[in-house]
Amino acid sequence: MSTIALTVRDLRVELDPSGIEIDDEVSFELEAGEVLGLVGESASGKTTAATALLNFQRRGARIAGGSVNVAGSDVFELGKSQLRHLRGGEISYVPQDPGSALNPALRIGTQLREVLEEHGFGSSDAERRERVEEMMAEVLLPSDREFLRRYPHQLSGGQQQRVVLAMAFACRPKVIVLDEPTTGLDVTTQAHVLSTLRDLAKAHGVAAVYVTHDLAVVAELADRIAVMYAGRIVERGPSHDLFNGASHPYTRGLLAAIPVIEGRRALQGIPGYAPRPGRRPPGCAFQPRCSYAVDRCETEMPPETSVSPTHLVRCWRAVEIGAIVSVASDTNESALVGGGQEALLQVKNLTAWYGTREILHDVDITLRARECLAVVGESGSGKTTLSRCIAGLHAFKMTGDIEFQGAPLARHARSRPVPIRRSIQYVFQNPYSSLHPRKTIAQILRQPLDIFFDLDRTQREERLAELLELVSLEGSLLRRYPDQLSGGERQRVAIARALAADPIVLVCDEVTSWLDVSVQASIVELLVRLQQEIGLCMLFVTHNLALIRSIAFEVAVMSEGRVVEYGPTDQVLADPQASYTRSLLADTPTIKGVLSGG
Amino acid sequence: MPPLLKVIVRRTLLGLLTLLLVSIVVFAATQALPSDTARAILGREATPERLTALREQLGLNRPAIVQYGSWLGGVATGDLGDSLVAKQPVTALISGRVRNSAALVLVAALISVPLALFLGSLSGLLRDRGFDTVVSLGSLTLAALPEFVVGILLILLLATQVFHIFPAVTLLDPQVSVFAQLKILVLPSLTLVLAVAPYIVRTLRASMIEVLESDYIQMARLKGMSERTVLGRHALPNAVVPAIQVIALNLAWLAGGVVVVEYLFNYPGIGSALMDAVSTRDLPVIQAITLLIAGLYVIFNLVADILTILVSPRLRTGLQ
Ligand SMILES: Nc1ncnc2c1ncn2[C@@H]1O[C@H](COP(=O)(O)OP(=O)(O)O)[C@@H](O)[C@H]1O
Ligand code: SF4
Ligand SMILES: [Mg+2]
Repeated sequence: MSTIALTVRDLRVELDPSGIEIDDEVSFELEAGEVLGLVGESASGKTTAATALLNFQRRGARIAGGSVNVAGSDVFELGKSQLRHLRGGEISYVPQDPGSALNPALRIGTQLREVLEEHGFGSSDAERRERVEEMMAEVLLPSDREFLRRYPHQLSGGQQQRVVLAMAFACRPKVIVLDEPTTGLDVTTQAHVLSTLRDLAKAHGVAAVYVTHDLAVVAELADRIAVMYAGRIVERGPSHDLFNGASHPYTRGLLAAIPVIEGRRALQGIPGYAPRPGRRPPGCAFQPRCSYAVDRCETEMPPETSVSPTHLVRCWRAVEIGAIVSVASDTNESALVGGGQEALLQVKNLTAWYGTREILHDVDITLRARECLAVVGESGSGKTTLSRCIAGLHAFKMTGDIEFQGAPLARHARSRPVPIRRSIQYVFQNPYSSLHPRKTIAQILRQPLDIFFDLDRTQREERLAELLELVSLEGSLLRRYPDQLSGGERQRVAIARALAADPIVLVCDEVTSWLDVSVQASIVELLVRLQQEIGLCMLFVTHNLALIRSIAFEVAVMSEGRVVEYGPTDQVLADPQASYTRSLLADTPTIKGVLSGG
Repeated sequence: MPPLLKVIVRRTLLGLLTLLLVSIVVFAATQALPSDTARAILGREATPERLTALREQLGLNRPAIVQYGSWLGGVATGDLGDSLVAKQPVTALISGRVRNSAALVLVAALISVPLALFLGSLSGLLRDRGFDTVVSLGSLTLAALPEFVVGILLILLLATQVFHIFPAVTLLDPQVSVFAQLKILVLPSLTLVLAVAPYIVRTLRASMIEVLESDYIQMARLKGMSERTVLGRHALPNAVVPAIQVIALNLAWLAGGVVVVEYLFNYPGIGSALMDAVSTRDLPVIQAITLLIAGLYVIFNLVADILTILVSPRLRTGLQ
């Protein structure tokens, strides 16, 4: 007989002191040994709900109602010392960024041991030491003295996340809450962390709540899914039901945004973004982005209704929508430009160093006019160095040749003639740091126009309007500052800034890695459209193999500074030759396995 | 050589180099003072022959570089030259003063640093509550006031107008150690405490707030650590690091700031000695005291750099 490990009833969290809701009416149940995937875009209130399970809120928010029951105790009713006992003992937390969640001044051994000590685990130091060793072994880390005496910064991101996992499992909790634990990790590391988690949860009968913005990540892990939007759970039920009979337009949108390796499907983003607390519309909060909306949706909030005994949906049209054929199996083929275009930019025998370390070894790639070449590999494989060399941003030694339109390209952007510099533009990975925070969007976009073109006022304003339209942004954004925009909007601005120079080649360095899957999809949509409409040639750098089929005709797979496989995307994905490509493929999360029939 | 030792040696050498540069600047600056030492000694009535003779005798006719060389040579061997006015070795002249000032600075540092660390971290911990508001207002106000204003207010409050507890001017008995005459130390050191503590308080409050908002503190709480562990083991050690540099800068400032405060209270330390020396153009004394103060700056910063490395694992392990 299965036992309920976690019950959440009508949880409400408010901003303090304004009383504006962050989360409301959040309810779900979880049995021992089960994994729940809590899925939604940024700002939908996932982290808030996750920490509320441990009766914790950051400064500026407070738990305002509802109940959480962990292993028989009502979490919100506990006294201080009982609560301390519960946290880390009965229910533990794995935060998003292990790098900042581990104390930089304490050795990891100390941080592991202190949980056991605080919770009175084991009766002697020797026993606790044994438990630490056991935990380290379970998360596949060494447990020797030297390793435990390391400081967090002496570990890799994946190792840090494993240490935090070990810490979370240390006192044999009943429930474990993981907040986007693999965002920011390579697919390979992510795959290892996910399988470790799955094994531990099953082996010890731990119930896990796994928070993520990416349905694909939890597809093979979760027994149940709860989709959150604007602070409410809009759809929940067994994983199988959700993937095969998604009945809320938002869930369907999230599914359509997932890149699939197996078939070349045009990615569909969800237009707009999840509204923050206080900006949520009345009625159904999803209504402004919903293509199924009817009049009623604007005024009346839909209640949670069941489409089957275990499958609950918060939508007026749930039954109709659930009956439409599953989105995930749509094979809406995308038409990519490709095949036999003339070579535009050629990289020959490129070797590059950082200081004295050789990063790239003998790399050859060719960018063809109007085509997109994807460069895929894990962090540290040299992708960014390669793209920076092409853009003329590599500050260290490099040998080999880069030819553009048949003529050799100067090494540094500075020494390239203006028309060449204009022709090759670069979009950076992080939209939060690449835009000047104290300049308006208009000022940011005007800069390249002023540098490269001699326009009068009216021409310049016309060009600005044109650029915004090209990246699907509203004109009203021009007067705003970057921090007033969402991540997706910022990345569009960054792309518009690159387009302002009227480039021939656009180098995109991991431009979607900081974005939600739904936003990533719409940026990919945009880039594909730009290829088709203005014939842009693109170098698309990513660590996400699943993404490339939707955007790139050709792919170069990089590992440790070398191109290990190079060819048409379809061919490489269907019949990978290099063992590295094969393992990368195997580690890439996919929803294919959970779709029946598809 | 262990990496840490290597760093210490390198920094120390750098410090010595800085001191050398400082000595050049000090020497050049005192040379540039609009004064004629010989005339300052002999007075207005002196005949040109006597002036020339004295210049010859003091070596003032030699090229500046030679004079600098012999001065530096003296400094290196502990001979700071003779005072032009008192006609006795500078070392003998100022050693008592140095001891007095050291006592003042030491008392001020011993009180202000622990007090500021305590107030700053508590204030950060109790952010936006009554205690924090009072401390923040107080430290902001004090930081905005020049130290002589603080001193004057203290005199008005504790010595002349309101209460008459402490003497307003210092009549130090040279026969007895300063520590035996504590009452005299109170007002000057209190002024110094009020001058430096606010900066340390503000730095510590800010870094405490930042640390308390950090992910690893949230993590420590979510791991069920007791509040004592959270603060003592996780928060404080991280919050103090940025304060180390600020403390060092303030202690160094104390050594220089002592000048104004000593003057105000007529306290017989290096500050008032420097004032006297400047007014009589007693170059060797000016040079000795400025070099001493500069030396303290260098030493405090050196110690702060090394301490910061010692308490930050990232820096310490980065040395290998
Ligand atoms: N303590 C807080 N103070 C102010 N705003 C908050 C606080 N906690 C959450 N929010 C806001 O509530 C929204 C939801 O936050 P969060 O739970 O972190 O969402 P998610 O994890 O889904 O991205 C965000 O817009 C966030 O800015
Ligand atoms: S209730 Fe209406 S607006 Fe909301 S998701 Fe359903 S159809 Fe769309
Ligand atoms: Mg979050």
